[in-house]
Amino acid sequence: MGADNQFPVIQYVNEAGSLKQDEVKLHKEQLYQFYFMMVRARMMDKKCLNLQRQGRIGTYVQYEGQEAAQVGSALAVEDGDWMFPTYRDHAATMSFGHSLRNLFLYWKGRLEGSIPPEGRNIFPPAVPIASQLLHAAGAAWAEKKKNSDRVSIVYFGDGATSEGDFHEGLNFASVFHAPVVFFNQNNGYAISVPMEKQMKSKTIAQKGLAYDIPSLRIDGNDILAVYHETVKAVARARSGGGPTLIEAVTWRYGAHTTADDPSKYRDQQESEIRRKTTDPLLRVERLLKNQGWWKEEEKERMEAEITKEINQALKEAEKFKPADIDELFDHVFAEPVWPIEEQRKQHKRLSREGIQ
Amino acid sequence: MTTVAAGLKKLTMVQAITDAMRTMMRENETVLVLGEDVGVNGGVFRATDGLIQEFGEERVVDTPLAESGIIGTSVGLAVNGFTPICEMQFFGFIYPAFNQIMTHATRMRQRSLGRYTVPMVIRAPYGAGVKAPEIHSDSVEALFTHVPGLKVVAPSNPYDAKGLLIASIEDPDPVLFIEPMRCYRSGRTEVPEDKYSIPLGKAAKVKEGTDVTIFTWGAMVQDTVQAVQKWEETHEEVCEIIDLRTLYPLDKEAIKESVEKTGRVVVVHEAPETGGVSGDIISVINDAAFFYLKAPVQKVTGFDTPVPVYSLEQDFLPSARKITAALEQVLKY
Repeated sequence: MGADNQFPVIQYVNEAGSLKQDEVKLHKEQLYQFYFMMVRARMMDKKCLNLQRQGRIGTYVQYEGQEAAQVGSALAVEDGDWMFPTYRDHAATMSFGHSLRNLFLYWKGRLEGSIPPEGRNIFPPAVPIASQLLHAAGAAWAEKKKNSDRVSIVYFGDGATSEGDFHEGLNFASVFHAPVVFFNQNNGYAISVPMEKQMKSKTIAQKGLAYDIPSLRIDGNDILAVYHETVKAVARARSGGGPTLIEAVTWRYGAHTTADDPSKYRDQQESEIRRKTTDPLLRVERLLKNQGWWKEEEKERMEAEITKEINQALKEAEKFKPADIDELFDHVFAEPVWPIEEQRKQHKRLSREGIQ
Repeated sequence: MTTVAAGLKKLTMVQAITDAMRTMMRENETVLVLGEDVGVNGGVFRATDGLIQEFGEERVVDTPLAESGIIGTSVGLAVNGFTPICEMQFFGFIYPAFNQIMTHATRMRQRSLGRYTVPMVIRAPYGAGVKAPEIHSDSVEALFTHVPGLKVVAPSNPYDAKGLLIASIEDPDPVLFIEPMRCYRSGRTEVPEDKYSIPLGKAAKVKEGTDVTIFTWGAMVQDTVQAVQKWEETHEEVCEIIDLRTLYPLDKEAIKESVEKTGRVVVVHEAPETGGVSGDIISVINDAAFFYLKAPVQKVTGFDTPVPVYSLEQDFLPSARKITAALEQVLKY
């Protein structure tokens, strides 16, 4: 049996918005919450893209198209759990409580942007690829050592599964039975390299087999599948069942970053087709319509509320105190060391003399 | 058998290192030991001997054979309340972990403005001269003194090893603790049974002198002491020997004070010359004591070659003869 048959894509709601799983009970409020969080994530992404085009933030990493994967999985973890995002996962971090102001600050090149709210354990986004899987395994292992039921969730892409740290992360979590949810977003491309060039494996889920980790492949654009399957994985981790690998199959509509031109390596028509077919927001919209729960004015109300929230956060980010050079020197070590103190003094002396 | 004063034990360096870990594990239950073969086997050098019996396998962990995995997982443990002591089986095996050290362990404090910190010690046996197989004898401390956010410590004797390792474990930031494997069992000295620490960033004056200063660390300290003892029998000049002990941050005051006194300097290290810590020492002298110099600083170092397989390692290592030749060079200037 081929691995693609062994790991069929689990879907709860199909593209037409019909429920595929009998055991799932739909709740109008929950569907609207999912929808709200995805609209919020998408509007934030669009805002950031516009701000980058206007030169008001630096290079930006879009996630449009991956909202269901990120929002659905983020809503499955709770206070005290640990989240390890990459630079493309701010839909997940904002859904887990990261402030929009700080997200803007992050993309404005400010360290303050990586600080999560008190009580929320969100790591600064991993920039090297796959290194964060080990942090998630370690933090989760620490929770186990403390006899707590808190867990880690860690995000990574399809390309990351080629890195050694992906394999070491899965192996360490497996060996030490650490409560981790390895949440892979397989969007088909690592910058320009498609999955078929990245690996001969038919699926990413099958890579979990080597580590004896329960693994599954889900429709990453189906927020019900994402949410419920992540909830199951989190529950298994909480109850001492160890790690799970989830492959969420998805698609990024846009470029890898604002510094990239995807038309060089793929036909962007594909994204246009997917916007009308497999889009994660459209799917919930269709489901709500099929249930007879859809209200156009509710969508408009949401968008107005989110616009207000985003604009307020942007205002706060743009009037945030300017970056302070002392932050750079203050946070290398807990206790000052003389080379850094001398460099600080020298820099300040030169600055006073107008030499920068 | 020689008598040992009360409260002291005669220990080899490797035993002093074990003693430091045992002391801290007894005092602080967040301290963990992780590494390859560190559990039942007690480490390939027996540096963790007996720890698993006393503290159990939850605190003394035989990890999978993956250096990046050990350091990366320890970053997660450290930010979540633990104090991992990671053993790299050999310094020359640390390279797969470089990314975790460079991009995560050492910059988490900065990236989170102090919200997440990584109190972690990475121990690594290093250096040539024990006829080890290929790659086992590297001295790459300078790769790590260049890493912002990392302290680098290199003891040369059992007493310092215990005190410096305890200070490293108590340090709130990552510390790379490199252990000259040639000194592991080269002699026993008296080591206090109780806890004590030696502050990081402070050099030790191994021998007082007036005419020339030799700066060195690790296994080269004993070689230098022996070379100088013999040389002084036939020369009237007196050498000062400074064991730097911490390679980042260097003890600027100790370097300055000694150079101001002697005005002549030799730096001895077994790592390759280019980019070695000797460059940083000379830079400190340049900034702090330039006008006291009576001669150009001499270096006795390894070559800019890979550390050779053992048939040639004695050619690679600074020898007593090379050290005294440098002394003569700097004194006759």
